[in-house]
Amino acid sequence: MKKSKILFYGVMGLVFFMGANYVWAGKITIKGSTTVLPIAQKLAEAYMKEFPDTRISISGGGSGNGIKAIIDGTTDIADSSRFIKDKEVKLAVEKGRYPVPFSIAYDCIVPVVHPSNSVSDLSLAQLKAIYKGEIKNWNQVGGPDRKIVVISRDTSSGTYEVWEKKVMKKERVFPGALLQASNGTVLQAVANNKNAMGYIGLGYMNSSVKALTVGGVVGSEKTTLDATFPVSRPLYMFTNKWPTGDVSKFIKYALHPEKGQQLVRNAGFIPLY
Amino acid sequence: MDTNKAGEMAIRQKYKEKFMRYFFFLIATVSVVILLMITLFLFMEGLPIFNQVSVNSFIFGKYWYPTSDPADFGIFPLIMGSLTITLLSALMAIPLGVMTAIYLAEMASYRLREIVKPVVELLASLPSVVIGFFGMVIVAPFLQDTFDIATGLNIFNASLMLAFMSVPTICSLSEDAIYSVPVSLKEASLALGATPLDTIVRVTLPASISGISTAVILGMSRAIGETMVVLMVAGGAAMIPTSIFDPARPLPASIAAEMAEAPYRGDHYYALFAIGVVLFVFTFFFNLVADHISNKYRQVGEATL
Repeated sequence: MKKSKILFYGVMGLVFFMGANYVWAGKITIKGSTTVLPIAQKLAEAYMKEFPDTRISISGGGSGNGIKAIIDGTTDIADSSRFIKDKEVKLAVEKGRYPVPFSIAYDCIVPVVHPSNSVSDLSLAQLKAIYKGEIKNWNQVGGPDRKIVVISRDTSSGTYEVWEKKVMKKERVFPGALLQASNGTVLQAVANNKNAMGYIGLGYMNSSVKALTVGGVVGSEKTTLDATFPVSRPLYMFTNKWPTGDVSKFIKYALHPEKGQQLVRNAGFIPLY
Repeated sequence: MDTNKAGEMAIRQKYKEKFMRYFFFLIATVSVVILLMITLFLFMEGLPIFNQVSVNSFIFGKYWYPTSDPADFGIFPLIMGSLTITLLSALMAIPLGVMTAIYLAEMASYRLREIVKPVVELLASLPSVVIGFFGMVIVAPFLQDTFDIATGLNIFNASLMLAFMSVPTICSLSEDAIYSVPVSLKEASLALGATPLDTIVRVTLPASISGISTAVILGMSRAIGETMVVLMVAGGAAMIPTSIFDPARPLPASIAAEMAEAPYRGDHYYALFAIGVVLFVFTFFFNLVADHISNKYRQVGEATL
């Protein structure tokens, strides 16, 4: 009886002590885009190594959910692969919150086909026609006589939004296009189908698929930063108001050319400088 | 003294029982209340979309472009996708499940039955993502090469995977139903000179039809609500399918793929919840039918004299 009582108080004391510890140490919550997630994870790991008394918790859930968390005040930083929408800004201001965007990296979206496909370059106009369902066979763009299986992303992903804006010029992808819910599954689907074409973030590129050049331009770090590659976008971290304290330190760390930006490159994205 | 003590114990016992009854009542209420609240939440988040589009153009609209400007919220292709896949998977799963059940209940030896039944039930515990992955990486390329079709991610593939998932439910529940048909019924049939096959087709199956129907409908309601598998292998094209080798996008796949990025309390968000409402109505209907059949055609008592 006595032993268990001592144990109980011991545990309670420990919990209290650790709880207090949490309160004193800095705590940062990050939420949002699954595209930015690998960057955020690498940043957090390195940051916590350098500043061990700061605790960072990260979760995905999508750009929309991240920005929603900023609006609700349930996160310190929201990752987003798109800019905040007018409606969301209005909602935030109504709740007394002012989202501030920080561009932390660039993403480059590359059209991919099965490695056996002889086509290696498509113009923006051809890409658009394929995704509108006007070009249906590879032989219309100089390839073999095979039907094109068009793979697109779910209409609310950030990747789709970029594709819609830069390639489709706001026109609709035809309903016959297959839908995949992540970069990984697009890769998987294209690698398993010799008729397929899809698009993925440069960071997900591997040898199981073949990257196409767009209008003769190779999708790479260099062509994204000098703005010659047409399908690229900035990635953001949003904070509530201008950041202070630990959050400010973290954002500065992310933007640091030799620290955060190196990690951005390691994660397969394109650093700002 | 002694009688006093006994009385005290009886009273204590009575309170204890009363307490237990309230306690269990409370527990039972909790789950019902939670279910009601989820339903309420579903409807509250789903109904606002109908300020933007009419119910008619939501259900029968042919285009689903929730993020373009102006947006189109027509879920008819999604409903058709869901129904086609569910029906086709039922066509595959029902014969397989019911026949396996007949074999296990009527023909298999006791020993074999004790081995095969748990194995079939184990199939049900395979995580759906594993089945989806199997469909995507193994079945899809196989279909492409064998039938020379454009893509293996299509209705046929999704139905096949869903059939895998609903066979255990259908088989296990049907087997229970067939097995519990009173022996006297079968014996009477055999005594009248019917062959074992006749007995199964004319006596055992009709007697267990309520259990089998419930099994089938529960299996199908699992198939129509299944998300991960259809998200991975159905292809996801939001068009009205014209062949079983066309890709399709069932209702749950749309919700799963789009919910994470839909702007909070935007039209798209409401529309996705409204899809949830439609799905809820479907499964609710399935369960009602199952309930009705199992009550109506229940085999009551033994038909012996």
